[in-house]
Amino acid sequence: MDAIYDWFRLLNDEYGINFAVFYDPFYRGRFFNGLLMTVWLSAVCIVLSIAIGLVGAWLQGSRLRLLRVVIQGYIQLFRNTPPLIQLYFFFFGLGSLLPPVTNEYGAQVPPIGNVTWAIISLSFFAGAFNVEIFRAGIEAVPRATVEAAEALGYSRFKAYIHVVFPLALRFSLPALGNNLVNLVKFTTLAYAIAVPELLYVSAQIWSDALNVREMMNLLLVIYVAIIGLLVLVLRRWEHALRMPGYGL
Amino acid sequence: MKNGSTVTGIGQSKSNPSHQRIVGPAARFSPGAAITGVGAALLAAGAALAALGGASEELISILAIMWKWMPLMFEGFLFNILVSVLAMAIGTASGAVLGLAQVSPFWPLHRLASLVTQFFRNAPWLVLLFYCIFLLPFEATIIGVTVPLPGWIKATIGLSLPVMANVSEIVRGAVQSVPAGQWESAEALAFSRRQTMWMIILPQCLKRMLPPWMNLYAILTMATPLISIVGVEDAMTVTRQALAAEGRTELLIPMYSLLLGWFFLYCYPIARWTQALERRFNVTI
Repeated sequence: MDAIYDWFRLLNDEYGINFAVFYDPFYRGRFFNGLLMTVWLSAVCIVLSIAIGLVGAWLQGSRLRLLRVVIQGYIQLFRNTPPLIQLYFFFFGLGSLLPPVTNEYGAQVPPIGNVTWAIISLSFFAGAFNVEIFRAGIEAVPRATVEAAEALGYSRFKAYIHVVFPLALRFSLPALGNNLVNLVKFTTLAYAIAVPELLYVSAQIWSDALNVREMMNLLLVIYVAIIGLLVLVLRRWEHALRMPGYGL
Repeated sequence: MKNGSTVTGIGQSKSNPSHQRIVGPAARFSPGAAITGVGAALLAAGAALAALGGASEELISILAIMWKWMPLMFEGFLFNILVSVLAMAIGTASGAVLGLAQVSPFWPLHRLASLVTQFFRNAPWLVLLFYCIFLLPFEATIIGVTVPLPGWIKATIGLSLPVMANVSEIVRGAVQSVPAGQWESAEALAFSRRQTMWMIILPQCLKRMLPPWMNLYAILTMATPLISIVGVEDAMTVTRQALAAEGRTELLIPMYSLLLGWFFLYCYPIARWTQALERRFNVTI
């Protein structure tokens, strides 16, 4: 590792190409924490948005008309408005409604921090797409398959768990992967409310170390790599779940 | 990254049969229910506003302040639309070229084009925006003429890069979705490759490309407020300045709701229209 660090230091001294995040331990720590925050944000939002999608798709099959209308309204509102303004709406708008709490130092702080708001906002945004995706997947399961399960004595719930869902998941996977990739790209929006994720810490580093060009290129490469990795994992998963002969 | 479109893209449903099945049923939903739902949400927001305002005169003063700022905010919103149209134009023109390069039989060209496409599709919009804002020069000299490049033009270029990559995938997906029999019969009728492309394949593709292209435009429009982060004055900047000038926390929710409402009114009809076209051209099922 030290050899690599020294090489980057040499690169800076000799050619003025300043990758400070590699040879300076302070910047390196900051950058690494930013990377961790991006990964954490992405992971939590992926899990929450899938949960919202599953619950939403289940509620859309409800007999209550009002419930279906509410879910439909949620989907259309979140799909057709800019995610950045949604984030501001949550963080500044809803955040201002909550009464401030006193922390251990006696300062008045908002009860929900910016990281949590970013997670809430991004999860609801991606969740709106996931509801549609899962519902489409469930609808794509042939009616005859469900009837066959019923004929074999499955209860409605058991048929859903053992027959409908495994098939629906496979139908949904390409579109779901698409949406999750977009979600990871949208974690950069958290920059706007000062969540110290990769883009935000990079902005701090390039204004301290005055190496905009190097940081920008590094950032672009890292994001493309993270997303490339996610695409690869999703494709592997899709492949592992394949059911030959079922058109999947 | 080849054929990565099945996982990453927005408008390339043609390349993957299982994806096609997904989009089909998703396009079906009742517009009545959606409008009622949105209406209910707005009503709830209004009720929350009224509860927040407490007395009705409070409410009236909030509405008066919003009315005062509305023209300026709407001007900003129109600027967002302008940026989206320009970025779409640049992105479509360059994306079409890149997409055609992706289906070229000359392999180095086709490899390079798909590499560029995948790179710009996988990069976050905001990072590309920062990239263009910081690394493009503030003026450019073309054949001795110096043209200034203000921030908003750089931002438009930054937004057009991901659009370019997505258009490229739409073009590739559409061209590849034309049955191979079309190529073969054109060959049998002694059309050259270029003639086949321009006279037989592309006219059929136009119809298939329209719905995903419109979808992409809606996505781009919703991404335009990002330019406020990199310091271009758009609707978002104006709104935040207005909020700062008034300095009243009870204005936050109504003002952001107003802005969200405008974008919704602009993007929702596009989404509905896209779905109608998809159904009419019957390309997704």
